Amino acid sequence: MKYMMFVCSDPEPETDESRVPDIEVWVAENDAAGRRVTGNVLAPPSAATTVRVRGGETMLTDGPFTETKEVIVGFDILECADLDEAIAVAAAHPMAHEGRIELRPYAGL
Amino acid sequence: MDAVAQAHREHWGRIVATLIRVTGDWTLAEDCAQDALAVALERWPRDGVPANPGGWLMTVARHRALDALRRAAVEQRKLREAAMDEPGPHQDLLSLIFTCCHPALALESRVALTLRTVAGVSTADIARAFLVGEGAMTRRITRAKSKIAQAGIPYRVPEGDALGERLPGVLAVLYLLFNRGYDGEPLIADEAIRLARTLAALMPGESEVSSLLALFLLQHSRRDARRDERGELVTLDRQDRTRWDRAAIAEALDILLRTPIEGPYALQARIAACHVADDTDWRSIALWYDELARVQPTAVVKLNRAVAHGYAYGPHAGLILVGEIRGELGNYPMAIAVEADLRARAGDSELAAELFREAAAATPEGPERRALLARADETR
Repeated sequence: MKYMMFVCSDPEPETDESRVPDIEVWVAENDAAGRRVTGNVLAPPSAATTVRVRGGETMLTDGPFTETKEVIVGFDILECADLDEAIAVAAAHPMAHEGRIELRPYAGL
Repeated sequence: MDAVAQAHREHWGRIVATLIRVTGDWTLAEDCAQDALAVALERWPRDGVPANPGGWLMTVARHRALDALRRAAVEQRKLREAAMDEPGPHQDLLSLIFTCCHPALALESRVALTLRTVAGVSTADIARAFLVGEGAMTRRITRAKSKIAQAGIPYRVPEGDALGERLPGVLAVLYLLFNRGYDGEPLIADEAIRLARTLAALMPGESEVSSLLALFLLQHSRRDARRDERGELVTLDRQDRTRWDRAAIAEALDILLRTPIEGPYALQARIAACHVADDTDWRSIALWYDELARVQPTAVVKLNRAVAHGYAYGPHAGLILVGEIRGELGNYPMAIAVEADLRARAGDSELAAELFREAAAATPEGPERRALLARADETR
């Protein structure tokens, strides 16, 4: 199954830095095992552009700028046997400790 | 017919568990189990109860599932799997329990799904026990099933370290069920005990499962003595001990003799065992609570520890411990009532009566509140 892994910041990160895993190791291991299809870090929300088309007219917005500290900072696409495997992969990512991760399966339509 | 009702209780979970593995379809599995029971209701009174009711139901349900799959014209592979013989109903039932209790599901969904799918309790009965409408409960269960399918929650028993991580979550669901039943719905408490019994038989090496079963049996042994004729609560020290279920107590004590102390349920079961002894040994209870507060430092455990110390070493010892957790518990009426009781026993009846009234004011209308008001009047 394919899972989209949204990597997010969180206002209450792990305080003990010694417990946070290394991102290079995480990427290397999951690339080697074929569990990570692709992924990247995203530029901050200040670089975002929102696109809407209404009544045939394309409207652009700079942002969105949100006050919240919970923003998507990166993503990975995983190929895993099931949710338990995806949870294990996510839990080993440094941002599960310093932020949080949302796992969303492909809808498979 | 009683035989059908009994077979429903005993075999529902296994039948549904096997059909889910074979068909991968939760709704189909339940429908076929239900159909098999309907056929039994029609035939058993006429032809007699079969020698192996569970096997009979499994065969009928399996044929129904095969027919449905054929009609739906699914691929041959699944049909071949479905035609295979009995691959291990124990494993299937465990897989079903662990899937229903998966931590990616909301706790309330785990509870509802376990009752419906593993225990075979009707959605209407579950809705009544949890004080929600039947429609809302149906939606909750349907949502949980589609999350399992869409999110890829595996249908299997976790292995190795994962089992140790997941088992407490399963036990927490049973514990929540039992507590729900203990205070309101006897049906739900009975199901919790049945599920604990099944799990203990399936996982004989897991001491916390056996301990949880013993704990349930001990608590449940007092169910008939907990309320008087008018439905008012009777505290432990005033209960008619001849109304306790001695067989359940004996079974629980026997389990505890054979079960090592390896977690919080083992400690809670030891405490419950002290409470059913002829003479309550409060010093032992206080020691068990010291240990429990170490492994499970929740506010409620700490409060009970204060109660135990109050009986073991005098009300002042209890008051010191209550003082330490007052901030944590805030307006929790039980905490106020505990302090009130300790103040009364320390001789400060005026403050005690005031605290009993305060606790009553924070408690919803019902037998608990009436008992607190009665204590306030007695204390003055």
